[in-house]
Amino acid sequence: MDQFTLNLLVVGATFALYIGIAIWARAGSTSEFYAAGRGVHPVTNGMATAADWMSAASFISMAGLIAFTGYDNSSFLMGWTGGYVLLALLLAPYLRKFGKFTVPEFIGDRFYSSTARMVAVICLIVASVTYVIGQMTGVGVAFSRFLEVDVSTGLFIGAAVVFCYAVLGGMKGVTYTQVAQYCVLITAYTIPAVFISLQLTGNPIPGLGLFGEHTASGEPLLAKLDQVVQDLGFNSYTGHHADTFNMLLFTISLMIGTAGLPHVIMRFFTVPKVADARWSAGWTLVFIALLYLTAPAVGAMARLNLIDTVYPNGPQAEALMYEERPDWMKNWEVTGLLKFEDKNGDGQIQWYNDKSEGFAATATANGWQGSELSVNRDILVLANPEIAQLPGWVIAVVAAGGLAAALSTAAGLLLAISSAVSHDLFKGQLTPNMSEKAELLTARISMAVAIGVATYLGLNPPGFAAQTVALAFGLAAASIFPALMMGIFSKRVNNTGAVAGMLTGLIVTLVYIFLHKGWFFIPGTNSFSDADPLLGTIKSTSFGAIGAALNFTVAIVVSRATEEPPQEIQDLVESVRIPKGAGAAVDH
Amino acid sequence: MSDNSDNNGYWAANIRLVKICLVIWALVSFGFGILLRPLLSGIPVGGTDLGFWFAQQGSILVFLALIFFYAWRMNSLDKEYGVEE
Repeated sequence: MDQFTLNLLVVGATFALYIGIAIWARAGSTSEFYAAGRGVHPVTNGMATAADWMSAASFISMAGLIAFTGYDNSSFLMGWTGGYVLLALLLAPYLRKFGKFTVPEFIGDRFYSSTARMVAVICLIVASVTYVIGQMTGVGVAFSRFLEVDVSTGLFIGAAVVFCYAVLGGMKGVTYTQVAQYCVLITAYTIPAVFISLQLTGNPIPGLGLFGEHTASGEPLLAKLDQVVQDLGFNSYTGHHADTFNMLLFTISLMIGTAGLPHVIMRFFTVPKVADARWSAGWTLVFIALLYLTAPAVGAMARLNLIDTVYPNGPQAEALMYEERPDWMKNWEVTGLLKFEDKNGDGQIQWYNDKSEGFAATATANGWQGSELSVNRDILVLANPEIAQLPGWVIAVVAAGGLAAALSTAAGLLLAISSAVSHDLFKGQLTPNMSEKAELLTARISMAVAIGVATYLGLNPPGFAAQTVALAFGLAAASIFPALMMGIFSKRVNNTGAVAGMLTGLIVTLVYIFLHKGWFFIPGTNSFSDADPLLGTIKSTSFGAIGAALNFTVAIVVSRATEEPPQEIQDLVESVRIPKGAGAAVDH
Repeated sequence: MSDNSDNNGYWAANIRLVKICLVIWALVSFGFGILLRPLLSGIPVGGTDLGFWFAQQGSILVFLALIFFYAWRMNSLDKEYGVEE
């Protein structure tokens, strides 16, 4: 059986499973649609949240970004896991105690203002749509590879599948489907990693293999990697080359963004008790950590394997002849995500850092006229088993895993967007007398619109999947997280303060991003670039941390200058802080 | 009113715990993983140094421990102050 048929079979089988579960658990009432009847066990909820959370960015994109940069991209690892500490300590238990369906509802009630609620809806939609764009980039990469089509075609097919999938079920379907998706994606991620770790280091645990010995050379793996990348003029893998201040801000931004993303917070409304919300955050991180502890090993080992493929006898010897390239390169050439251009006409694939001035002399001496291979970073994880020459079924499972990751998150986000529009915007504000049926219809229409916009923007994404997703985190960090945190930890912050804070955080961050990535992400409309940012070394992906600081400051200053919240709101804050009495607030 | 002061005690204990956890959280990630990495560069770990290990493995493991520790401590504080569900 050829690889294409095998991919189709495995991907088809996993899809049948998800759709089967979605139909079996079809959403009934609106209350079930949003929060799965609040009867989900913490471990189950943790697993579903992990699937929801680990998107195309984590699965498809992140290890590739680490592979090509090394230590400097550790921010993704620390940022996307460290956020759970904030979530568990600062938000999850209190929001569960509060016991409403959505994040804007909490903000609206706590800041006793429908304006605050509307502003929260807008923040949520902006962050979520940006996030979906990143997902669509990943979906495009995954579909283009496994259907062997051009990346734009892959994107359109993927968008259609995501739409059908998200419209089919509500959260209840999604919760159990996501447990299945988690199992598929974690298996798909770990199997090739274990194989490759065994091949390279003899250690079956990738996270240990990373710090183990490279069997072929007898040197430590990372030392070997440092040496071969530097032989090709790249920065050392383990060295710290990026700007420290920007790295710090980027990590903070990802962390607080994690704790401010509505589709993740929503999951903590679904556990039975406040105590369970605390455990559930821990379980979620356990399931996430399984992937995140493996990802740096996947990145480092894939980089080593890739160099080994292009330079079979080491970087000092002759490079691979283009005519003799392995099949995986041919397959990825079809998608347009891997390109070869024979600049010096010798028929060999010279891949090195042609931006390095220090290396230019060596390159000229070798007769190289520029790096001839360009590899899109988002393909690395999907191509990884092929590069390592693993069996066909492993490659098929990885394709299925990548799709599971992208689909589950896209579905979770679409749900957050649709509930914000139908529940908070229409039912809560514009048309309070709406029937349940009309509410569900509005929810579905808003899903369709969101996916249309994301697909259009996904054709010319503002960056690799994980980078686009990082922008979404910056937006969530700057707008939603500070409002939630102050709502719980301060009795003094009032409606005017919260609204002013959220608007400042959102607008300043959004403008900063648009200045660097183009207005509304339309290419060519940017005035600055992340290579030379507007403010010092602060890249647009890191600006969320600054936005959040502004949000906190403005909210506190404005609140001080205006009158304090009414007594009943202060009582509400008191009651949110203690778990007792949480059971009462289930339905409304 | 005794009920209210009990709640205040509970909240103060919670804040204390949160602060301790967040200090450790920042130390292992921003500290050992980024800012203090040069200080840890003398401690070799598998071809690189301890700072690299914290940035790519250690911090995640500490985060996990922190969340479970907090959940366990808070759930017993809930009982101590009689505010559990």
